Amino acid sequence: MWQLLQIELYKIFRRPRTYIAFGATAALITLMQFGLKVDGQEYADFMLQSLGSFDVQGKLLNGYMVCYILLQLLLVHVPLLVTLIAADMISGEANLGTLRLLLSKPYSRTSIILAKFFATCIYTLLLLIWVAILALFVSIFVFGTGDLFLMKTEYIVLIKQNDVFWRYCCAFGFAFVALITVASVGFFLSAFAENSIGPIVATMSIIILFTVLGTLNLPVFQTINPYLFTTHMVIWKEFFDEKVNVNNEAIAGSIQDMPQIIHSLIILSIYIIGLITATVWVMRKKDILS
Amino acid sequence: MQSIVEVKNLSKHYKNISAVDKLSFTVYEGDVYGFLGQNGAGKSTTIRMLLTLIQPTEGSINLFGLKLNAYRKEILQSIGAIIEKPDVYKYLSAYNNLKLFARMSGAHRTEKELLQQLDMVGLKERAHDKVHTFSQGMKQRLGIAIALIHNPRLIILDEPTNGLDPQGIADIRNLILHLSREMKKTLLVSSHLLNEMEQVATRLLIIDKGKKLVEGTTAELFDPSQILIELETLNNAEAFKLITNSNWQSALQPKRNNSLVLKIHRNIIPDFHVWLVQHNIKILSLQSRHSLEDYFLQVTSGEQHVAAFAN
Repeated sequence: MWQLLQIELYKIFRRPRTYIAFGATAALITLMQFGLKVDGQEYADFMLQSLGSFDVQGKLLNGYMVCYILLQLLLVHVPLLVTLIAADMISGEANLGTLRLLLSKPYSRTSIILAKFFATCIYTLLLLIWVAILALFVSIFVFGTGDLFLMKTEYIVLIKQNDVFWRYCCAFGFAFVALITVASVGFFLSAFAENSIGPIVATMSIIILFTVLGTLNLPVFQTINPYLFTTHMVIWKEFFDEKVNVNNEAIAGSIQDMPQIIHSLIILSIYIIGLITATVWVMRKKDILS
Repeated sequence: MQSIVEVKNLSKHYKNISAVDKLSFTVYEGDVYGFLGQNGAGKSTTIRMLLTLIQPTEGSINLFGLKLNAYRKEILQSIGAIIEKPDVYKYLSAYNNLKLFARMSGAHRTEKELLQQLDMVGLKERAHDKVHTFSQGMKQRLGIAIALIHNPRLIILDEPTNGLDPQGIADIRNLILHLSREMKKTLLVSSHLLNEMEQVATRLLIIDKGKKLVEGTTAELFDPSQILIELETLNNAEAFKLITNSNWQSALQPKRNNSLVLKIHRNIIPDFHVWLVQHNIKILSLQSRHSLEDYFLQVTSGEQHVAAFAN
């Protein structure tokens, strides 16, 4: 298995397509950081307008806040970039004609498919680390640190500077599981196709469809919302919500709704395990005609 | 002789179509086993079943004396194959493709060994060039290098000459002969090029619509020294009458395309030619046909009682 995994990683990182996602995220993050550096104060003032006479002391637009703004946008788009690789893992080999060569080698199909999946996971992890370096560490370097000021729908959250970093670590960990779920969808669809366009488009369509269903406040869709993986992908934000004590003071190091996070992780894990088991089953039964 | 491939009653059905139907055949050690059939005859499906790419509907496959479904890993370690097209990773170099597939086949080769392998197929100079810059012939040669890198006992080549120029076809023919005669490998080769197969195969299997038509050594199936010739004259009716009233009568075969067809020994073709001239027959053309090609056409069009040849 280890040897197969090494081979799969070698193939992924020798393909120029692999680096599109790294380049695209770097360009996007740099552009947004530049924009916030130039016009960030106006953005912060705009945010504070709705609060009326609210006295803010210290640096509102710091690295932590910039990172939060970036993640809100990126964790919608990064899944699409992960799809480019995941949905190509099996169908791309079928298209190249190498799948038949690969599956006639002395390894079980289960080992080959799992090696491909684990390689996709490692790719996703590296992409996420790349995003973390650019969005968090570069933002801290450029904008400095400070308390994290967040405006939720109905209330404001102010997290102390020394209580923020671990929340980002947890949020990135959660985002990893969410991205693997997306990768699993692409990977599963990849088993049915003989070129990667179909599964890539199908995966993106599913993400868009599920997201739209999740945002429509119609009772007919609300019954299925809890089962859509896209509903649970945004739960990373829960790491940035604190509990308060009886005096309405934030409790440092606390998380407001930990059961929701655990519930979402379980739902996403069920998706991952179910989709990968199904992919292995399909590939074990499949006649290779490509 | 030890059997390397033993297939019994192998079938593959797709809904209403039988791609392979109760096919049985045996490849012995040292054979260059020619696997012939028209397009859609079931050759590739059979080869894919040998390589576990397609699950048979029924039947058994034994390789090296082991059941394929029970000893898949051990068996596939001893097989090198090119299946239809020699597709490799186009974004990698020839050297890196070879290294990657050597590892996947369980063979760890040194740089020197890998370059030697590429040298054997004439690709050493292009070892570090990306495969997307290669011609079809070069990809085919790389495919052969990959198929051989782990020193397999059985080599399966599915249409190895597809898309090759005459020089490339000749190179493949010489390589097959080298592998068989010098390296004592067993080869199962499917091809459309019957004249090429005639030059390399020691045993043949002809299938049609998934069913076996004939199997045997080339000597059992036909005599390569017996040549079919097509004769066209200014007056074919007169020539036909002359031949039917002569000793050449027994050589006459059914007519094709208004030409007279005769099956005679290669050595007496000049005598026949002289005899025609002496009898004032105006010859327009006298062409020899490949005997395997003719035999194949006879067998696949059902002109011959195949049972007499079948094992």
